[in-house]
Amino acid sequence: MKIELDEIDREIIKSLSEDANLSAGAIGRRLGLSQPAAWRRIKRIRDGGIFKERRVDLDLNQLGFGVTVLLGIKLGSKGRVALEEFERAVCAIPEVQTVQHVLGLYDYRVKIVARDISDFERILRRRIMTLPGAGNVESNVLLSEELRPGPL
Amino acid sequence: MHINDTDRRILRYIQADPHSPVSELADRAGLTPALFARRLERMREAGILKAIREEINWPALGYEVEVSLRFNLDKTAPRAFDDFIEAARNVPEVISIGTFLGQVDVRLQIIAKDMSDYQRIYREHILPLPHIADIEALMLVAPIQERSAVPI
Repeated sequence: MKIELDEIDREIIKSLSEDANLSAGAIGRRLGLSQPAAWRRIKRIRDGGIFKERRVDLDLNQLGFGVTVLLGIKLGSKGRVALEEFERAVCAIPEVQTVQHVLGLYDYRVKIVARDISDFERILRRRIMTLPGAGNVESNVLLSEELRPGPL
Repeated sequence: MHINDTDRRILRYIQADPHSPVSELADRAGLTPALFARRLERMREAGILKAIREEINWPALGYEVEVSLRFNLDKTAPRAFDDFIEAARNVPEVISIGTFLGQVDVRLQIIAKDMSDYQRIYREHILPLPHIADIEALMLVAPIQERSAVPI
């Protein structure tokens, strides 16, 4: 069940995707709606499942995580058990941020944060290379990432 | 800015539950709401806490397909990266642009309504992007883990 959205709803979604804590009053003022009207629209959007988990954007560099790496991992052996075992093990690594099952050159895409390159090497050797079923691993160090508003 | 253990604790509690109000998080962290808010504000000003955002659930808006396109650019063109990124920003279906050190130069995360919509975007908006040497696609089958929290 998909909810119908108009131009104003899209603007509200865009605003909240930049700052989740904007109040109904603030959004209303921005878009020329009364506070209760804005509140009703926000509630409808939230209830409609338009948002996933909230995201806390931190400056990782200032917090001592100087390196973000995207890994492409190909499994050596496949089969249902192999996939489940691999997924359980990779999700348990604290430095692992996201894990995606993909179709293409690799089976999984994994995002990792590390303190520095030698910390990354430790994670790669001790945690990633030892994952059950992991075959070919490709690493790409993230230099910059820009989030775009998308087709709203 | 120097970050101390209290700041780290504050970020840990926010990351664990970005939905709760400051007063509640302060209580859980064993700090007064005033101190919690003050330190949080300081981290905002220093750019450590960049934003708390709602993450859009694109499938709920009808975008069922997500593809990660990995590009190698023609590095003999001096402005290859700048031209490519500038042009990619004009494609509304691009939700993130990443640059890398490794086998991949640039990655575009793209969403589409369905496969035929994806094919249209690919042909009309992606292939004409400047300075492409090679493209490789990974199609998202399923997100296994999406963690935005880092082990602070």
